[in-house]
Amino acid sequence: MSASPLAALFLREIRVARRIGGGGMMGVVFFLILVTITPFAIGPDLNLLSRIGPAILWIAALLSTLLGLDRLFQADHEDGSLDLMLACETPLELIVLVKCLAHWTVTGLPLVIAAPLFGLMLALEPEAFWAVAASLLVGTPALTLLGAIGAALTVTLRRGGLLTAILVLPLAIPLLIFGVSAAASATSVTTPFMTPFLILCALTLGALAAAPFAVAAALRHMSE
Amino acid sequence: MPRIDLPLETRPDLQVLNQQGPFAAISATCETLGVGRGGRLLIENLNFSLENGRALVVAGPNGAGKSTLLRAFAGLLPPAKGRWSITTGASDAQEPGALAHYLGHAEASKPALTARENLEFWRAMLAIPGPASLHTPDSALKALGAPQIVDLPVAYLSAGQRRRVALARLLLAPRPLWILDEPLTALDASGQALLNTLMREHLALGGILIAATHAPLGVEALQLMLGAEGAA
Repeated sequence: MSASPLAALFLREIRVARRIGGGGMMGVVFFLILVTITPFAIGPDLNLLSRIGPAILWIAALLSTLLGLDRLFQADHEDGSLDLMLACETPLELIVLVKCLAHWTVTGLPLVIAAPLFGLMLALEPEAFWAVAASLLVGTPALTLLGAIGAALTVTLRRGGLLTAILVLPLAIPLLIFGVSAAASATSVTTPFMTPFLILCALTLGALAAAPFAVAAALRHMSE
Repeated sequence: MPRIDLPLETRPDLQVLNQQGPFAAISATCETLGVGRGGRLLIENLNFSLENGRALVVAGPNGAGKSTLLRAFAGLLPPAKGRWSITTGASDAQEPGALAHYLGHAEASKPALTARENLEFWRAMLAIPGPASLHTPDSALKALGAPQIVDLPVAYLSAGQRRRVALARLLLAPRPLWILDEPLTALDASGQALLNTLMREHLALGGILIAATHAPLGVEALQLMLGAEGAA
């Protein structure tokens, strides 16, 4: 059986993340922790909770995406896989894209699926569930792709996690603004849903087009 | 040219490789090559040429630049000066990354995956156009004398067994140029003998071998001594 290189890479990434020590579930658990402790910290004011609920879900998604990202390329750098990927015939940009896609499938997609459920804990209105899920579905791939740039720049550093977050957060702020306003629009009368949602889509498509090249350039530079 | 005669007619997989694709008329040439690390030039003015079936052994004291030179040969480090090129009968001046197997100190195996999963991934990733290998992860590990470890996670393997898994990559994707950094590390006597046989087969096929090593490899090879005189 000869699978195509990219399909084999996707399968390998998913397998590594799902095995013990791969950290695949870490993001969702962290997401759950943040969402669970918020009502305890804020108190039983349901109106307040449902108003800030979309923002809490988005902040939790942003932080839990960043949590696992620093190992995205570092593990491959340490065991020598990255050298072989840099040298092999498949373009590095495509390899980066497939790695990000696999990472999002394992860490981002569960967040999207879990978000409506966690929304119950934050007293979200039922009509806000789909808006939160849709904005996260569109926005989290961009978080992963932008985070990959930071992960590539810190690939040779031992404890690069915090530096990754510092590098990535400024880039992620537009996503946060439009993501939260799209998610909150279901319960507000002033903001329409489509305007911030379409801007969020545009940001994600922009990240999809540009980030693989930035990541590949950073990896080539860091490996020399 | 010293060629090792092996009964190729008994090995259909090797016969196919011998006649077509990237193994036909390959040559690797170094012209006034200079290689450096961090702005410091470690190796200067290196000139040599290797053709089908030739091996080069890079030797020298620790820190002489053996690994750096091998990384440059594998295309992972751009040469600071001069030129390093590989031409084949199929087409000329190809990327080293598309023709060479690079085996460094790190084994490039994921500890959480089994040997088979690791090898199947690299088989797909490293395949190049041309005749496909007839090896499977099972048969490649059998050729390296460790068929029993194929379904074990790499985390459970000993250093020598991990080395064998990494060496099995060489068989799973046929590539004409082998660049091996200390290939004998952690291998026991029988492992060294098996690797020696594989290297002889590779050279008999017309492949090229470049290795950095302190121990004798057991194949006839040009010697490149770094840190003493420079170029051979």
